[in-house]
Amino acid sequence: MSATAITDYSTQAAQAPPHPLIEFWQYFNENKGAVVGFYFILFISLVAIFADVIAPHSPFEQYRDAILTPPAWQDGGTWTYPLGTDDVGRDMLSRLIHGARLSLFVGVLVVTLSLAAGILLGITSGYIGGYFETMVMRLMDIMLALPSLLLAMAIVTILGPSLQNAILAIAIVVLPHYVRLTRASALTEKTKDYVTASRVCGAGPFRLMFLVILPNCMAPLIVQATLGFSTAILDAAALGFLGMGAQPPIPEWGAMLANALQFVQRAWWVVTFPGLAILFTVLAFNLAGDGLRDALDPKLKR
Amino acid sequence: MNNGEVIRARNLARYYRVKKGGFFRKAMTLKALDGVSFSINKGKTLAVVGESGCGKSTLARLVTMIERPTAGQFEINGIDGDAKDKATRKKLRRHVQIVFQDPYGSLNPRKKVGAILEEPLKINTDLNAFQRQERALAIMAKVGLSREQYSRYPHMFSGGQRQRIAIARALMLNPALLVADEPVSALDVSVQAQALNLLMDLQDELNLAYLFISHDLSVVRHIADDLMVMYLGRPVEQGEKEAIFEQPLHPYTRALLASTPRVDKSARKIRAILKGELPSPLNPPPGCTFHKRCPHMTDICTRQQPGLRLLHDRQVACHHAESIAEKGG
Repeated sequence: MSATAITDYSTQAAQAPPHPLIEFWQYFNENKGAVVGFYFILFISLVAIFADVIAPHSPFEQYRDAILTPPAWQDGGTWTYPLGTDDVGRDMLSRLIHGARLSLFVGVLVVTLSLAAGILLGITSGYIGGYFETMVMRLMDIMLALPSLLLAMAIVTILGPSLQNAILAIAIVVLPHYVRLTRASALTEKTKDYVTASRVCGAGPFRLMFLVILPNCMAPLIVQATLGFSTAILDAAALGFLGMGAQPPIPEWGAMLANALQFVQRAWWVVTFPGLAILFTVLAFNLAGDGLRDALDPKLKR
Repeated sequence: MNNGEVIRARNLARYYRVKKGGFFRKAMTLKALDGVSFSINKGKTLAVVGESGCGKSTLARLVTMIERPTAGQFEINGIDGDAKDKATRKKLRRHVQIVFQDPYGSLNPRKKVGAILEEPLKINTDLNAFQRQERALAIMAKVGLSREQYSRYPHMFSGGQRQRIAIARALMLNPALLVADEPVSALDVSVQAQALNLLMDLQDELNLAYLFISHDLSVVRHIADDLMVMYLGRPVEQGEKEAIFEQPLHPYTRALLASTPRVDKSARKIRAILKGELPSPLNPPPGCTFHKRCPHMTDICTRQQPGLRLLHDRQVACHHAESIAEKGG
């Protein structure tokens, strides 16, 4: 094993370097957990895309004669509803499949919005400094000082309850974490000699910020983004629970979980399956994020 | 171009305003660099020596346009170094480049060697990707790096190799002046010699002018043509290397030279050990800034600051240089 690794290395130097994507995959592949997470994300994404084809029932159809049917393998279960039905007789599996759409949508959108805005504000305030930095950072401190759910609720109340506004609210609430992280890394990277060297070569502020400093700040941001993905799904669920996020009967995982809380004693499946869906998705993103960070770090490359 | 002069600086100064302590304390002025003049010809090396905090690195930052001088002017290849308009400054950037002290911090860890070397070309020229790669490979060969190393990351290299990469990057734009800010002090002694010889070979080949900043006198003796000794932001002795090493006239230079370890017993002729520490540049002593540590101190030193004056083939800033020249060495 080690012998082949050594020969691989020596021949690699002589050959043309592999395509960056192939190289990336080789390093990513070393972390098995990350690969499992990646495949699960791929699976969930496919499920979300082809929800209309895969789902056995409509997520909104209420089968009044089959309220709270247990999963197929339990007594009284039927294969018509493989994971049972909820309190108004909707098929759990179909709702979960359609819910994947919404939850992924919420997660991706929140992370994209907050990451983009956070990087922009963080790196400019870290690089420019002075009054601009003070203003941005104090504003972020104020946002951090308020309880996040309260702030999100306030924003949704102003904008009006809907899933889009909930997404926007969550993106704003998690923004300070990204801004602080980016600024902190930018401040340490900015003083290093390689940045000065680029400046001596004539690099402008845009190049220095986004092409020289930013790539060196990415490691904590990637981790924060994958963790933020799970927070976003959970926060969206909390807002949904308070009637400020996804409006019924939209099948959003968090809202499903929240709505079914009262049945946890007599119909465990109504709560367990949305919970497991959130757990596995969040776990998959965390694992994949971990592997992504390692694969993108050149210091860990041979 | 006048008689091969690459850079000419007149009375360069750089002051910083520092706020210390409470809100109501007045901001103080730190004179990091206070009136430095020099010129370097093509293919020549000016070494700047002095202990930490004497303004050596500030000088490097001014000459490479990382910072602007508070006062004074400098010209590189006849272009004003403090030009206001962007186009001139951009043009000037191609004439002066820098090699930093720490080769572990001066290379972007996220970029491959090739990308690091090509960045200056990307910003300053309109060569295409293929031409850039050719130029990078040519320079790499010049500094003794192999073709395979083009697509490796900096962390795969040793300190000496990294410094070669840093030198290669500085040469990418064909500069006339290379500022070397303690380029070998972070390297092992065995590697130091290699790096120095590389710098000297490149100087012969490309007719480069070096502004070589160092605190290591044995290194300076090896590489320099001219020497400038600095103390608290001011030059105290300035002139040809041979003259100063042969007969140092400023008490500070004498102390510096005496502090270099020698194997040969007869070479240890001057014994001068400095007492005390470098005074705070925020609150320099009145008169000659060196008088508190000087063995030749007299009354005039506490009142009047000596200017540079010509004596025995070099400039020296000391009231008692003549008597030192008679007595010692």
